[in-house]
Amino acid sequence: MIKGKFTKFLLASTLFTGILAGCSAGGSSTSGGSSEDVIKIGVNFELSGPVASYGQSNAKGVELAVEEINEAGGIDGKKIELVKVDNKSEASEATNAAIKLTSQDKVTAIIGASTSGNTVAQAQIANDTKTVLLTPSGTSPNVTVNEDGSVNEFVFRTSFIDPFQGTVAANFAAGELKAKNAAIFADNASDYAKGLAASFKETFEAAGGKIVAEESYVAKDTDFRSTLTRIKSENPDFIFIPGYYEEVGLIVKQAREMGITVPLMGGDGWDSPKLVELAGAEALNNTFITNHYSAEDPDETIQNFVKTFKEKNDGAAPDAFNGLGYDSVYLLKDAIERAGSTDSTKIKDALADTKNLRLVTGEVTIDENHHPIKTTTVLEYKDGKTVFKTKVNP
Amino acid sequence: MEWVQQLINGISLGSIYALIALGYTMVYGIIKLINFAHGDVFMVGSFIGFYAITGFGLGFVPALLLSMAACAVFGVLIERIAYKRLRNATRIAALITAIGVSLLIEYGVIYVRGAQPEAYPNVFPNATFDLFGAKISSQSLFILLISVGLMIILQFIVHRTKIGKAMRAVSHDIDAARLMGINVDRTISATFAIGSALAGAAGVIFGIYYTKIEPLMGIIPGLKAFIAAVLGGIGIIPGAMVGGLVLGVAETVVSALGFSLWRDAAAFIILILILIFKPSGIFGKNSREKV
Repeated sequence: MIKGKFTKFLLASTLFTGILAGCSAGGSSTSGGSSEDVIKIGVNFELSGPVASYGQSNAKGVELAVEEINEAGGIDGKKIELVKVDNKSEASEATNAAIKLTSQDKVTAIIGASTSGNTVAQAQIANDTKTVLLTPSGTSPNVTVNEDGSVNEFVFRTSFIDPFQGTVAANFAAGELKAKNAAIFADNASDYAKGLAASFKETFEAAGGKIVAEESYVAKDTDFRSTLTRIKSENPDFIFIPGYYEEVGLIVKQAREMGITVPLMGGDGWDSPKLVELAGAEALNNTFITNHYSAEDPDETIQNFVKTFKEKNDGAAPDAFNGLGYDSVYLLKDAIERAGSTDSTKIKDALADTKNLRLVTGEVTIDENHHPIKTTTVLEYKDGKTVFKTKVNP
Repeated sequence: MEWVQQLINGISLGSIYALIALGYTMVYGIIKLINFAHGDVFMVGSFIGFYAITGFGLGFVPALLLSMAACAVFGVLIERIAYKRLRNATRIAALITAIGVSLLIEYGVIYVRGAQPEAYPNVFPNATFDLFGAKISSQSLFILLISVGLMIILQFIVHRTKIGKAMRAVSHDIDAARLMGINVDRTISATFAIGSALAGAAGVIFGIYYTKIEPLMGIIPGLKAFIAAVLGGIGIIPGAMVGGLVLGVAETVVSALGFSLWRDAAAFIILILILIFKPSGIFGKNSREKV
């Protein structure tokens, strides 16, 4: 009896929600009849939740770019209108937000999400609704390329992909630092670090170098001395340490204490003020990272961006996520202008044809896998501060 | 040379395990309770030391003493609030309570200050010494000296003082001790105070040696110290020291052979083996007591 009642209740409530949903969809479609002089762009970021700092940084960059473009008269005379949603750092929320943006708000393109996982969650919707999806900072290769090797037609990214950083680091080690024997000490718990380590090894060996030690650690470890002792006994003249700042900070400190003085290098996972606190400024001397860009880069485009960003944000220097968010808007603007239309399919084709577009985080050419081929910046730590070292082209 | 270095690495790690294991073993020896919250007292001690150094600008020794004193009080409070009324309850009830207390401390600290890690300030001059070609930092030397010093003091307290005598008596037979006029409650409090003070000291030393501290840092060292205590023979003070050192060196050897990913697994394999083949531990006599 109770069971029966419950089923009825469930049925009734499901029906009711259905009606509600119908109503809200109907309501928005009337208001969604957008006027022709506005380009609606959805922004789907991690504005709250565990990785909120990435999403918020991206969003600030996006907003700055839109403000600039609108002040300068918009794209072909049309102003950009942002529709901002928060995916709460959750894949399911990211999907819901993408459904809302494409069906209710009928946006021309979506910028987001900040992380690879939350972007992949929207990929299917972007392809089905033929809406361009552009992630500023999702670095995993499988954001744009599916497991079977097919490319997600409508999905693009502004950042370089993970393995690329390993390649750049290997070229830098072999070329600029003249390293012959390198060791790799990678975080075994992260795909990011494993991707970097694999591409580093491949490129370094191709350049004639030798990998003398390959060791791994697990995130949350605190004692790296025994493994470092082992690495030291192999006498490498360069150590590649892909991983995140929490462990890397300790590794760098402990390595220097053990008397390892050779150059150490890692990827953008090192980029955090916490790294300097953990390792100590002195231990970080003679270490290098690959990153999306450097605020100290003398390049004019970058310096203009840094200046306007500081003006709008109380003097705070823009980080890589700000730069990538900013660039995403300009990448889209360029594609819309070349497409000469706000039709998503045409924008998609134009995006895929992007060549040598000068942006803050590098000069971008989109390849057939929708990965941007772009310059990477190599930074050096000097007394706890990152110093622009060089730019490396792929 | 590599092996001398590895031995030093192992002993430094082991002496931290030993310091935590001493507290486990003392409490177990007296009230037969595996105090799973002990690792979290270690964490709290580490944070007290951190705030004492960064906030009040204290030097290393005052910070260490402050942390030990605060942890002693904290340990006694935990015993009074959570364990005392369960003294005659089943041992499983007390064990579950200990796990609850552990979680309460961990997430209490996260609630108060957030989960982000903190970098320990560098209070030692960063000198390194050469020993047969191996590098010893001044830090690891200090850590070793302090650990050994604390262990000697502990041995002295247990064997040469009145409260130590009372502890040994209570540990031997709680009811007989009470009949002999020993204040059992006070003795148990003293045990918690001393054990927790050692955990606090280990926390500060850990912070200085490994730099990074965070609210969940007590879990793994706590488990390792528990393994060390069981390995040496739980309830036996020299056993905890030897167990800690053996475990530290064993883990280092595993990493040194190139199996760094197996390090934690190796520690637990040691635990399983010791429980199968000699549950009373290295120093234990055969008895029917099992952990």
